[in-house]
Amino acid sequence: MSNRILLQLAAIFAPLSLITVGGGQAIIADIQRQVVDVHGWLTHAQFGVDFAISRMAPGPGSLLATLIGWQIAGFWGAVVATLALLGPTGILIYGVTRVWTRYQGAAWQLALERGLRPVAAGMILAAGWVLLKSLDGGLPAQAIALVSVAALLSTRINPLILLLCGALLLFGVSEFSNSLPALLQVHMAS
Amino acid sequence: MSRHIAHTSPPPTLTGLFFIFSRIGLTSFGGGLSGWLLREFVQDRDWISEEDFLNGLAISQALPGINVKNMAIWIGHRLLGWRGAVLAVAGIIIPPAIFIIVLGTVLAHLMQFPLAHILLAGAAAAATGLSLSMGVTTASRVPRRLLPLLFLVGTFVAVGILRLPLVWVVIVGGGLSVLVEYLKLRKA
Repeated sequence: MSNRILLQLAAIFAPLSLITVGGGQAIIADIQRQVVDVHGWLTHAQFGVDFAISRMAPGPGSLLATLIGWQIAGFWGAVVATLALLGPTGILIYGVTRVWTRYQGAAWQLALERGLRPVAAGMILAAGWVLLKSLDGGLPAQAIALVSVAALLSTRINPLILLLCGALLLFGVSEFSNSLPALLQVHMAS
Repeated sequence: MSRHIAHTSPPPTLTGLFFIFSRIGLTSFGGGLSGWLLREFVQDRDWISEEDFLNGLAISQALPGINVKNMAIWIGHRLLGWRGAVLAVAGIIIPPAIFIIVLGTVLAHLMQFPLAHILLAGAAAAATGLSLSMGVTTASRVPRRLLPLLFLVGTFVAVGILRLPLVWVVIVGGGLSVLVEYLKLRKA
């Protein structure tokens, strides 16, 4: 039974490994589609929290795959998901490091860099969009996400501090909206 | 400055490599890993020339795969061959992987408390902002010409709205986009 899940995990992450252009952010939308929508292993909210954890933890953000593998199929799930995500490109890079410098500046290298840039940008924006839509916490949470974008684009705020602010802000909003009906009643009564 | 004594810095060893990468992996909160790699391997130890380092960075970004893992393979291979590459990747992946599982498990238990639930939802919202801003930054580097912008929007719609399988989007969209750029370079 669990062997089938391990195979499914490998079948999800190994192909994604080879199309991770522009870094690990690009494949977030597709990991979510497969893990939440196709297989139903996690809920949208769980995935959102996992994503936040992968941003809070040190190291490559793509260790999101490790965490998801662990939650779905324990120790071996974590191992399989991690290896599937790292292995195929690892071998590719290893091969390329041996030949790349010889072809420095070749037309196919430039074409690869320039051609993949818009596609990578589209993938990363899609990841942000998908996460935004599945946020737990409704409109206030989405507003916090958009404020974070503005903060990140206009300042050099540390990402960990940003996450802390987000947590406190949503807490503040929910406290306020809990007490709001009570406050209104007091005003109406008086 | 006083640490920059190139000729007396000891040669790299396999365990040394593992521990340097572990340390970088475990202390790099919120990205910025390549900056740390540059400092450790080029500036502090002088094991790799800056030009070599930047070549590796270009490859790591142009080819698929997680950039920092690609970079670890590049540096590890340069210094100590395939064993170096394996230990460099192990160092930058395994300790943070254990860390994230522990953190995830602890937080999952805390989720039953409403307070922790709200705080985590808020953190997730901010993390989404992180992802979106990265998308905006990457998109702003795309040349303002019709075809690249079409590929950008097409990819976004296919992946984010239509939820098509990413593998096919990248093979078709990425393939066409690279082909267009290649033909343009050939003409020029």
